Amino acid sequence: MQKFERLDGLVAPLDRANVDTDLIIPKQFLKSIKRSGFGVNLFDELRYLDEGQPGQDVSGRPLNPDFVLNQPRYQGASILLARQNFGCGSSREHAPWALADYGFRVVIAPSFADIFYNNAFKNGILLIKLSEAEVDRLFEEVAANEGYRLDVDLEQQRVITPSGEVLEFEVDAFRKHCLLEGLDDIGITLQDEDAIHAFEKRHRAERPWLFREA
Amino acid sequence: MPGQTLYDKLWSQHLVKERDDGTALIYIDRHLLHEVTSPQAFEGLRLAGRRPWRLDANLATPDHNVPTTLLERAEGNAGIKDPVSLIQVQTLDDNCESFGIEEFRINDPRQGIVHVVGPEQGATLPGMTVVCGDSHTATHGAFAALSHGIGTSEVEHVLATQCLLAQKMKNMQVRVEGELGEGVTAKDVVLAIIGRIGTAGGTGYAIEFAGSAIRGLSMEGRMTVCNMAIEAGARVGLIAVDDTTIDYLRDRHYAPRGEQWEAAVADWRNLVSDADAEFDKVVTLDAAEIEPQVSWGTSPEMVTGIGGEVPDPADAEDDTTRTGITRALEYMGLAPKQKITDIRLDKVFIGSCTNSRIEDLRAAAKVAKGHKVADSIALAMVVPGSGVVKRQAEEEGLDRIFIDAGFEWREPGCSMCLAMNADKLGAGEHCASTSNRNFEGRQGYGGRTHLVSPAMAAAAAIAGHFVDVRHFDAEAQEA
Repeated sequence: MQKFERLDGLVAPLDRANVDTDLIIPKQFLKSIKRSGFGVNLFDELRYLDEGQPGQDVSGRPLNPDFVLNQPRYQGASILLARQNFGCGSSREHAPWALADYGFRVVIAPSFADIFYNNAFKNGILLIKLSEAEVDRLFEEVAANEGYRLDVDLEQQRVITPSGEVLEFEVDAFRKHCLLEGLDDIGITLQDEDAIHAFEKRHRAERPWLFREA
Repeated sequence: MPGQTLYDKLWSQHLVKERDDGTALIYIDRHLLHEVTSPQAFEGLRLAGRRPWRLDANLATPDHNVPTTLLERAEGNAGIKDPVSLIQVQTLDDNCESFGIEEFRINDPRQGIVHVVGPEQGATLPGMTVVCGDSHTATHGAFAALSHGIGTSEVEHVLATQCLLAQKMKNMQVRVEGELGEGVTAKDVVLAIIGRIGTAGGTGYAIEFAGSAIRGLSMEGRMTVCNMAIEAGARVGLIAVDDTTIDYLRDRHYAPRGEQWEAAVADWRNLVSDADAEFDKVVTLDAAEIEPQVSWGTSPEMVTGIGGEVPDPADAEDDTTRTGITRALEYMGLAPKQKITDIRLDKVFIGSCTNSRIEDLRAAAKVAKGHKVADSIALAMVVPGSGVVKRQAEEEGLDRIFIDAGFEWREPGCSMCLAMNADKLGAGEHCASTSNRNFEGRQGYGGRTHLVSPAMAAAAAIAGHFVDVRHFDAEAQEA
């Protein structure tokens, strides 16, 4: 996993509540058996004016000029500013794969759906929950200032605005550690191999019917 | 010290280790796999040189991409015309074969939607932890199994370690008390709950559904309710064990037998919340007030009773809600204050992991019997949840009722719930659907989904527009 320590990035605003994972990456793109290449189809139904197909060359597709990521001022954005319940719906990890492949490393919103929250951190994306009021103000500032950037410091758990204002955020210690170090959590879990074996032995003795080959 | 909730009990029974940083290692008893969210996980195992920790915990079946016409299915995988879908299904077959994981392949009589297959085979048992790379894994909570959807990284993590890294959720109880009216089903109950608490109302919680109306539901109905917990934001939905649970599981293929069955049943009887357990949040609904539900918008919380109307954005309480309603009405092609019964349909879909079990098909057939699908309906299809459901329905003659009424009777799979196969809506088409999500584009690019119960879907197919299934016969005679 790619490490995340600190990012000074351009902010793109997606002013819409309950952005679901079908919207982030529509189902036809889930047929891929790879982890990469989803970025060109991120927000496909909002971004293009036609229906996209997997494997299609997107260079000839008509863009929706009204969609935020198609506007020149937001090209190269790496921080997505969003509304409440971002990432609701399906468990498809293709959603964070698409966000990361596009170039987003941070999403800021008042709240995120649970499964998406898990999936994003496992792909090097930092999700930051700020209050509704703070998010409202960031939307206003982004709209008013072309080239608006934020400085995100994971170690200090702070977002710093261009005017120097500091917004603090919470992130649990384990996720923070994995992001800062770029750690694969399977490796971490396997350090507890003995504990898993011991648990399994006891579990099998207590509830043998849970094991098909008991 | 207060008693434990059902969720607390299941959590502590599977706790391998608690870490200082607040995360925990949780042991996973059952891992269900399908073709969409597993290929990258198997690839990850291979790249790291890892093997599955415990083969017998895993069970796989292809469901999302499989075609549903008999003609295509007769050819097995070769009948999948979309080459990208074919590769995905073939990859599941290859991975299961090379790693030694049991799989019900495309034309195995036990194949079906993973959340229908698990319970009907007894692969889902009370007291288990059940995970799958699919958010509707919440379904299995109907058996008092701690079940939730996971992403592909977690699929790989479970394969490699038999564990998940987790944080304990908060406890919510949703009580539905009283008796449901005639024609009001589990689907209406859960849509009404989502309408009440909202699509993020359960975020961070495990929801236990309780109360006399929930107790009165069959296992099929309970699965419908738990299935849609995720549509209220909760990864986990749970229902306590009772006689209904135990009667359903007896003699299922993977259920224990003999002495082990007796021991298991004794253990399962404890899988209820203690009388003095404390919930972080309690929501109560009066069953008698729930009418058949229809969603009008692009989020499952955008739902109302059949007697209701589409909301007017002008009445919204805040800007975000107003923008959301306005955008939804535009996408759905509906007008403010339009009556729900005035919404005309183009297609009808009866199926999905929410509503494709035998009881769902019986309910729809009961309404459809002796009637004809309206001429204005371009396609009305019934897609059984599994080969087992399909066979049982055919033994009961339900297929004939549907076919005689003008419905298409299909082969099992996820089908038009998410349109990864050829079954999809065209742009602008309105669909009465027994599935779980009405998101933009979910059932096809530009498609307009209305979530309803199987009985309501069947009635809408015959009338050509939404009707109150409670007064359905009378209306049909007038027509």
